[in-house]
Amino acid sequence: MAVLNEEQEMLRDMARDWATNESPVTEFRKVRASGEPHAYDKDAYATMAEMGWAGVIIPEDHGGSDFGFMSAGLVVEELGKTLTASPLVATTIAASAIVLGGSEEQKAKWLPKLASGETVATLAVDEGAHHDPSTIETSVSGGKLTGKKAFVHEAHGADLFVVAAKDGLYLVEKGDGVSLATRKLTDQRSHADVNFDGAAADKLESGGDSLLDDVLDRARVLTAAEMLGMAQQVFDTTLDYLKQRVQFNQVLATFQALQHRMADLFADLAQMRSAVEAGLQAVDGGFGVARAATIAKAEANRVLHTISNQGIQLHGGIGMTDEYDVGFYLKRARVLEAAWGSSSYLKDRFAKLGSY
Amino acid sequence: MATQLEPDAHADEDAFRTEVQQFLAEHFPAELKNKGNALAGVDGPTDETPAMTAWRKAVGERGWGTPTWPKEYGGGGLTKAQAKIIDQEFAKAGAYNPIGGMGVMMFGPTLLEYGSEEQKREHIPPICRGEIRWCQGYSEPNAGSDLANLQTFAEDKGDHYVVNGQKTWTSGGQWADKCFAIVRTDKSDKHRGISFMLIDMDAPGVEVRPITMISGTSPFCETFFDNVKVPKKNLVGEEGQGWTIGKRLLQHERTNISGGGRLASMMGQSLGDIAKNYGETDADGELADKVLRDKIADFEIRWNSFLLTARRAVEESKAQGGVSEISSVLKKVGTKLSQERSELLIEIRGLQGLGWEGEEFTDGELEAVRGWLFGKATTIYGGSTEIQNNIIAKRVLGMLDHQ
Repeated sequence: MAVLNEEQEMLRDMARDWATNESPVTEFRKVRASGEPHAYDKDAYATMAEMGWAGVIIPEDHGGSDFGFMSAGLVVEELGKTLTASPLVATTIAASAIVLGGSEEQKAKWLPKLASGETVATLAVDEGAHHDPSTIETSVSGGKLTGKKAFVHEAHGADLFVVAAKDGLYLVEKGDGVSLATRKLTDQRSHADVNFDGAAADKLESGGDSLLDDVLDRARVLTAAEMLGMAQQVFDTTLDYLKQRVQFNQVLATFQALQHRMADLFADLAQMRSAVEAGLQAVDGGFGVARAATIAKAEANRVLHTISNQGIQLHGGIGMTDEYDVGFYLKRARVLEAAWGSSSYLKDRFAKLGSY
Repeated sequence: MATQLEPDAHADEDAFRTEVQQFLAEHFPAELKNKGNALAGVDGPTDETPAMTAWRKAVGERGWGTPTWPKEYGGGGLTKAQAKIIDQEFAKAGAYNPIGGMGVMMFGPTLLEYGSEEQKREHIPPICRGEIRWCQGYSEPNAGSDLANLQTFAEDKGDHYVVNGQKTWTSGGQWADKCFAIVRTDKSDKHRGISFMLIDMDAPGVEVRPITMISGTSPFCETFFDNVKVPKKNLVGEEGQGWTIGKRLLQHERTNISGGGRLASMMGQSLGDIAKNYGETDADGELADKVLRDKIADFEIRWNSFLLTARRAVEESKAQGGVSEISSVLKKVGTKLSQERSELLIEIRGLQGLGWEGEEFTDGELEAVRGWLFGKATTIYGGSTEIQNNIIAKRVLGMLDHQ
């Protein structure tokens, strides 16, 4: 755990208390059972926004607290532990695009509403099943945006889309020219293919040529923070289970084969936490962001992949049941591993950043 | 008050920095610039040149090679902040710390904690001056990972002990002046029968035989004790306290093996850059061998998160005023990654990366080969990876002992 300031510790403790008491995994089960396409509890999200969590990276003069990405990551990590379904990550990523690329007018129009939770937003970049920002076909002509975006996170709840077109990022409001086709994935959260057919689009003109990359790096570190919470939770739950379950008249935790496997996972988790926290801090510091964010998401992918699999294996048969939570983490893990860069995409990017 | 104190603290630091710079200007021989500190390691002796001797003496007299150790025993008596300034200024000037070895890394800190006043006065000052080389008498043929199984016996003869037995993997034993050893003083109790004592390597009955390793070098020795007399004043702590003291010393050893800084300096150039020198690149200037490129990136990402983890362990330990629990993973992760890097270097260089000797190979290539082989020891010594896993599982994760 990075060394935190007092403000960050309070925020983390508040998020931990709320997630543990008000949003345990049973709440996610309720959302799943409801079958609603937006797949989150709107009252819960309103409460989260009231506590200031939707405005953590938004400047104070636009209704946020401007605590930064490390702070946002602390909240997201805690929510990841209990699989809290909400559009917080998607909205924060979209807000970062407006903070970086928006005009004063655009900022004044949208940021206060995003911070207050009144408006939900999401980033739409990829046009296929793989993350690939280099092959965008979506285009804009005469202020009208046309193109198909695939597997957009939190699309059903979104009032505002930040859409990547060939020549930059655009704001598109839901409504005319925007239609959704639900894509139900293993995590039971909101995903949809979004068809933009001549939808009114407002370009984010600031932020320079690297705007899309800069926003994607913010998406990577925040997603990695959610994955960190998930990995930590699976590890802790599994360790508790090994200390209780008895076979051959012995608790499983006394078997050396399992002790050594847990020691390996503990080391992996330490590596993941270091990488993720450094990624969040790099965004706040504004130095070496591309590299740090790539390392953060690559390590998050590697370690959560392993821990989510081992979580099932070490729970044994009951880990395969819907009654146990551990399977939910596996099913969310793979969706997030694919988001904003699979491991192979990120390794390629890391090599490119190192000029080899 | 606080605002009053801060500028003063800064002024003091600035003054100290100037003092270090002046010291370097006066004493650091230009011919040693950017040379490594071969003498301080345990790898082998060097023929010390007059410039090296002068530099060792100059630093040793000030106690700046052991800057935070108490002044009364020959240390620098400085704060951590001042020690950092010495590090920074030495690095800037391309100067190495000539005071090192096992005396500094492991034995000194342990003796400062457990030694008697008389022992500290006798043994610490020569370490601070870099005059005495210490070696470690721990492992035995039947006491490796199960170290407490050691059998070397010290028999009580009134005013002295008589030691008989065999130690092995004695790093630098053939060059050492003295040995800190754990020996058995009571055969009836495995752990509480162990004592920590100091043995002169030139005492009658001590015999040292270097062991040739797979790397072709002989940094380790077998050490035989045949009726060796050890005066009682050389017992550290009390009889039976050796296991406790010995384990404390091992913590210092682990910190040194896994120390991110030392590993980082070993790593040097990025593997991607090296691979571009040895292999084909494509039109984009990327490595043409995409499988190898993927392996390199995969390694470098994990290596970077290891460096971040080492840094985090230091920050956490500082903030919480104790050893951070993630420190327990540093040795196992750092040594594994170093080994992986050596293997990747060979893959990058092909057979050019497996040279044993000859002018057709660069020094860098030959050193990498020896490093690859010798590096296999790092996951065995200082508590093997398997022992580290036991420690993590039991002490950090609270997984129970086998019943």
